[in-house]
Amino acid sequence: MTTLTSGGLTSGVSAPPGGLRRIGSARWRRRNLTFDKITFFLVFLVIPVAFYIAFVVSPFVQAAYFSLTDWTGFSPGMNFIGLSNYAKLFADSTFLQAMGNNILMAIVVPVVTLGVAMFFATLVTVGGSTRGNVKGLRSSSFYRVVSFFPYVIPAIVIGLIWSQIYDPSAGLLNGILTRLGLEQFASFAWLGDPRTARWAVMFVIIWGLVGFYMVLFIAAIKGIPAEVFEAARIDGAGRFRTAISITIPLIRENVQTAFIYIGILALDAFVYMAALEPGGGPDNTTLVMAQQLFTTAFTKGQFGYACAMGVVLAVITLAYAGLVFAVNRFFGGKSEVGE
Amino acid sequence: MTQISQGAAPVAPAGERVPFEPAESGEAPGTAGDKAVTGFSHTVLIIWSFLVIIPLIWVLMSSFKTSSEIFASPFALPERWSFDNYVNAWTTAGIGSFFLNSVIVVVGALILTMFFGSMSAYVLARFSFPGSRALYYLMLAGLTFPIFLAIVPLFFVLRGIGLLNTLPGLILTYAAFAFPFTVFFLYAFFRSLSKSIAEAAAVDGAGEWRTFFQIMLPMAKPGLATVAILNFVGLWNQFLLPIALNTNPDNYVLTQAMASFASQAGYSVDFGALFAAVVITVVPVLIIYLIFQRQLQGSVSAGVSK
Repeated sequence: MTTLTSGGLTSGVSAPPGGLRRIGSARWRRRNLTFDKITFFLVFLVIPVAFYIAFVVSPFVQAAYFSLTDWTGFSPGMNFIGLSNYAKLFADSTFLQAMGNNILMAIVVPVVTLGVAMFFATLVTVGGSTRGNVKGLRSSSFYRVVSFFPYVIPAIVIGLIWSQIYDPSAGLLNGILTRLGLEQFASFAWLGDPRTARWAVMFVIIWGLVGFYMVLFIAAIKGIPAEVFEAARIDGAGRFRTAISITIPLIRENVQTAFIYIGILALDAFVYMAALEPGGGPDNTTLVMAQQLFTTAFTKGQFGYACAMGVVLAVITLAYAGLVFAVNRFFGGKSEVGE
Repeated sequence: MTQISQGAAPVAPAGERVPFEPAESGEAPGTAGDKAVTGFSHTVLIIWSFLVIIPLIWVLMSSFKTSSEIFASPFALPERWSFDNYVNAWTTAGIGSFFLNSVIVVVGALILTMFFGSMSAYVLARFSFPGSRALYYLMLAGLTFPIFLAIVPLFFVLRGIGLLNTLPGLILTYAAFAFPFTVFFLYAFFRSLSKSIAEAAAVDGAGEWRTFFQIMLPMAKPGLATVAILNFVGLWNQFLLPIALNTNPDNYVLTQAMASFASQAGYSVDFGALFAAVVITVVPVLIIYLIFQRQLQGSVSAGVSK
């Protein structure tokens, strides 16, 4: 902000009206295209957007088209086969299983992560004394800093760390459990047993994300004026009641954004699986669509079919986002009626 | 506006520092119920902190053990604290050169996307012209559609221009996929900067170029810092783009090198080196994080509260 005053611009604002009109009109008339203006638009908008279209938008569009072909990438041509890829896809039990796994994860991971994150954020912000001002816990920045650690560790490394922790014989988890006297876990394969694999994997994702969303919710809660909490307390609302009826509705937009971010991540989950369950897990219980797509494209070379999987993944992602918006609107509408 | 500038400054909300301020030291003790709640809160959060820290400490400890020690007991301290594993990870896995590749790709992409993103965001925020609405939706699509949808055609786009399996190819792709987020974030930021300032610059005779580089860009510094930090973390952690588009082992970036090293370590049963590689990967980032944690957390909250 200091640049404003230092640049001598403030004097320009109070320039004589004649000067203002002269330059101002040259500036705002769109027909009057100077060299400055043309190069400006060219470099500032046309080049970046062209670059963006070439590398992001056009691949998306091409994928939609390729999904209607039998292209294998190395064949010189491709045949237009309509929706047969999609028909094949919805008869492919492995892909359907992967889709089911993804959908389960897109429900469990956001709900648990955001629930825990919100719980911790509430503890940090209003866990202090009820005397005087509403205040947070002492030394809460310690908890924030520590919880946030996993966010700066690449997801692939988080996966590798946990695959070692889950290791049946040398892993930390079974070491702790057997030390506690639970001998049945002596060489239990958490990632190799169809009953536990998907929960073990989801736990890793949640472990990695809770701190990030906790920090986010803390910031959002701090943005609520203190008087709101004071008023709630004077009205006799306890901590729990305050959290449910005051805090969450007031930061609803943040929660919605968080749900969408984390849902997109859970529908992908590729990187975690690449580290924890590269083969799809026991009985494919942790197989995700992204893994199927990757193998179909880059191992089997069935590019048309892989693109159809991509389209299905995109449609599910958009449907998920739409669902989150709809749920938020539903609850938003309800609370407004209640007020 | 206020949210963003607050967020970009070191956030450390005032409430948290309260216990250290003298005014609070004479605070009356809370009720018994308060104490119970406070005690409960601390207990829960301490348990969680352990859950976060213990795995990391365990990795650090294991990185000094030999493979047979690792298999003997997950708890036992290493017989002797040797750096053999680190030497192995550094030389056989070549972590150093992959680290360098990551730095080159991420910094290159960051510069490119920050330039393009800030320029486009500025134009979109300042001027209304036919098609600006369409551009907005184009950006939104790039933000919400999964990269997986684009990955196959992208492979052939890069192959077509001869940049498949090269670092410049990765830089361009990284920058392109970070572009819509950058534009969205900075769009809101430039919107919030007063229009009269740009007009004043024009009055003083500054052209569009000068107005942007000498006036608007310096004013947008807090927003630029925020979005740069978020982009950096996102690109540093990127995994899918490199494993699909950069399969030449010499050009591996750190994340994919780690994945391939892990599968090799599985065959050669050199878990000590794997742990050491994890430590080498995590520690620099963790140190940077501890130094900049206030800014980073501020950026995260600003990124979502806009």
